[in-house]
Amino acid sequence: MTITGESEGLVEAVDGKAYTVGPLLSGPPCCRPETQIRVDGLSLGYGGKPALKDVSLDIYRGCITALIGPSGCGKTSLLSCLNRLTDLIPGCRVEGRIMLDGADIHSSGVDVQALRQRVGMIFQKPNPFPLSIRRNLEMPLKEHGITGRSELAARVERSLVDVGLWDEVKDRLDGAALSLSGGQQQRLCMARALVLEPEILLMDEPCSALDPLSSAVVEDLIETLRGRYTVVIVTHNLGQARRIANYAAFFWVNDRAGTLIEFDQCRRLFEQPRHQLTAAYVRGLRG
Amino acid sequence: MHSLAVYRSAHRIALRDRTLQLLVLAAVVVITSTFGWLLLDIVWHGANRIGWEFLTAAPRSAGRNGGIAPILLATVLILTVALAVSAPLGLATAILLSEFSRPGGRAGYWIGLSLDILAGVPSIVFGLFGNAFFCVWLGLGFSILSGGLTLACMVLPILIRTAESGLRTVPNDWRLGAAALGISKASALVNVLIPAAAPALVAGLMLGIGRAMAETAALIFTSGYVDRMPASLLDSGRAISVHIYDLTMNVAGGDRSAYASALVLIALLILINGAASWLAERTLKRRITAS
Amino acid sequence: MSPSARDARLLRWLAFAAGLASAVLILIVLFLMQESWPVIARYGLVHFVSARGWHPTEGTFNLVPMLAASAATSALAIALATPLGVAAAIFSRFYAAGIVGRLLHWVIVLLAGIPSVVLGLWGLTVIVPLILKVAPPGTSLLAGSLILALMILPTIALTTEAALASLPSAYGIGAAALGLSREAIIINIAIPATKASIFAGVMLASARALGETMAVLMVSGNVVQLPKSLFDPVRTLTANIALEMAYATGDHRASLFVSGLALTAVVLALAAVARRSGGQVVHA
Ligand SMILES: Nc1ncnc2c1ncn2[C@@H]1O[C@H](COP(=O)(O)OP(=O)(O)OP(=O)(O)O)[C@@H](O)[C@H]1O
Ligand SMILES: [Mg+2]
Repeated sequence: MTITGESEGLVEAVDGKAYTVGPLLSGPPCCRPETQIRVDGLSLGYGGKPALKDVSLDIYRGCITALIGPSGCGKTSLLSCLNRLTDLIPGCRVEGRIMLDGADIHSSGVDVQALRQRVGMIFQKPNPFPLSIRRNLEMPLKEHGITGRSELAARVERSLVDVGLWDEVKDRLDGAALSLSGGQQQRLCMARALVLEPEILLMDEPCSALDPLSSAVVEDLIETLRGRYTVVIVTHNLGQARRIANYAAFFWVNDRAGTLIEFDQCRRLFEQPRHQLTAAYVRGLRG
Repeated sequence: MHSLAVYRSAHRIALRDRTLQLLVLAAVVVITSTFGWLLLDIVWHGANRIGWEFLTAAPRSAGRNGGIAPILLATVLILTVALAVSAPLGLATAILLSEFSRPGGRAGYWIGLSLDILAGVPSIVFGLFGNAFFCVWLGLGFSILSGGLTLACMVLPILIRTAESGLRTVPNDWRLGAAALGISKASALVNVLIPAAAPALVAGLMLGIGRAMAETAALIFTSGYVDRMPASLLDSGRAISVHIYDLTMNVAGGDRSAYASALVLIALLILINGAASWLAERTLKRRITAS
Repeated sequence: MSPSARDARLLRWLAFAAGLASAVLILIVLFLMQESWPVIARYGLVHFVSARGWHPTEGTFNLVPMLAASAATSALAIALATPLGVAAAIFSRFYAAGIVGRLLHWVIVLLAGIPSVVLGLWGLTVIVPLILKVAPPGTSLLAGSLILALMILPTIALTTEAALASLPSAYGIGAAALGLSREAIIINIAIPATKASIFAGVMLASARALGETMAVLMVSGNVVQLPKSLFDPVRTLTANIALEMAYATGDHRASLFVSGLALTAVVLALAAVARRSGGQVVHA
């Protein structure tokens, strides 16, 4: 069963504005449904117990794709496949193919670290390293071979500006990252992912550990990423999914394994769901 | 009748409770008073002999008079050799166990088992081994090097196990975060994981130093008895614990010096432990407040 | 160098180090066997329990007196230290949760940190003269056991303490809700629930006691004989090695390695039993 969004030219974004490619990524304008990641017959199990069964979907370049569904339906697991974080989980088996720009990322010859530079990830719980703010950003850069003083400083600043943190922390870049507030920490983690200039950002419930205000700030921030990055976001907040996503994928647990029920343009999935389960799930939103 | 029986059993229970309470209290009194006696005795008999001269002079008339300077130097050298070898080896093995071996994996299991066995080997057997291997087979003779290497083998399990558990307590969030940024495990270790585990690593190191410094049996026939100032690592050197042993057993009238040396040894051990907790605390504080 | 290549190189170094660390045990076993092989090959193992006494110059190497001395001192030490250690743990868990309990804990940790050679010194100058007043010569099985008991007490106290601390507090609350007294909780619930860990601690302590050299060597008189009373001087297996290794050669030296091998086997068997019953080593 392969469900993909329909190809119908430029998809207008939620607010109807036209988005253009940002300075960090050259390519076609936003939300032309050009497949960047093709998930093809993906199944995943932990120590023999299946967690995802036969999932196929396309993720479009420059768009925001939301993954929704009840707890335990394998959303996090799917995200971890996209940057091969599943490699770190003992006993995790992945079958099927994930093509990133036409190349299978789970084939053996892939340079995993280079892949993870292209595909950044933001976790549910903010996890800045116990270092200074500056070193949090410089460390990944140095790791990927960027060592020039001025270049480092420029990229640190640019990424902090991108997440709207620059004015708040520019005077204490050498202060501890862990002394920031939760919302600031989460934005620092986003800056840390952005500083590597990835093409794709995976976000696993990035707002769920934050208070409503910080959550709104982060949500606005994600909005600004549209067009410049391909964003895949897991969220339990259906309102949020509706507000920011161009595409949405709905997962459900069938026979103890997560399956993809429906994948469509976000507005259509919420307003004219084709599947009863989807309809029931998103109706929860309307109360 | 009935109420009498209840009364009797309640009485018996109260008696039992009272007895247990008394027994526990008696045990605690025995333990603390014995410990107090031991400590006071050592301080009492040791303190009057200790002074600048005792720490800086060479022993005279088999240690009855004079000081313990060469012995202190030999002790420090033996410890240095032991740690220079065991600390890197221990940290590396701990990293392998905590970061690279799968839980329940075969390599981890066998390495861990061999360490647990090694931890149980009596110190005198380490002495036998050190004598046969380092002194005779490798031809190092009775020397500070032999003694230090023997101690290195002995403290290896403690160092590895404490470092391993220290690394395991570092939150997994940072490992995942680093991996998701395409950071190699090597860099994640150097920049994040090892600094975060530093307090535990230092504490383990201190534990190892304490164990090594208190050791006597493994040194008697590896680093030897000679109480001259050591000139090189290939010289025999007398560790402070061996000095205490020799003064007590082989030198008539050596008790006062033995007590003084024991006091020095205990003071050093307390100093090291204090330094360890201070260091650990400082590392912890710095980690939270600044880079 | 790329990150993956860096990790591959790191892993090679780590594996090398871990290999060295594991090789230590193999080397120890190999060298003990190699050194003791000549005398085992010449006399056979039975010789060590059936020969006419321990007379190295005449080529008779009977280890039985030493084995008996080791077993007797350790058994007595365990018998003394177990109730004391368990009582100490009970005290800091149930009777003095506050500062007094912490204080006792630190006393025990400090006691664990006293080097055995210092315990031996104190035993020889304080305990032995006291025993001498009762029955000469003072240096005796009893003195050895007392000092050993002091040395292994922290092992038992700390393992018991850890086991008691790991009991879910629901035990205590549920029991208190049943109207049980503190003592009834200790006797009927806490001790039975931690029996296995206490047993493991005792096994570990036995292993330490059997393997200890200096403390017993300094206070037990070191006469090779089967002890007939508590006041007889005895020589343990470990003391024998420490005393004779300095000058032993040939078969004599080899037979000391045999005793080292035997000692290791017994101590490791005890440690294995402790591990089986779920005890973990408390480093203190
Ligand atoms: N490391 C793991 N080991 C074993 N099972 C796991 C592991 N991680 C997840 N699972 C199982 O896989 C299934 C899917 O988990 P996953 O975390 O992907 O769900 P999720 O959709 O992200 O849920 P949530 O919304 O609660 O985050 C669950 O049944 C979970 O128990
Ligand atoms: Mg999840």
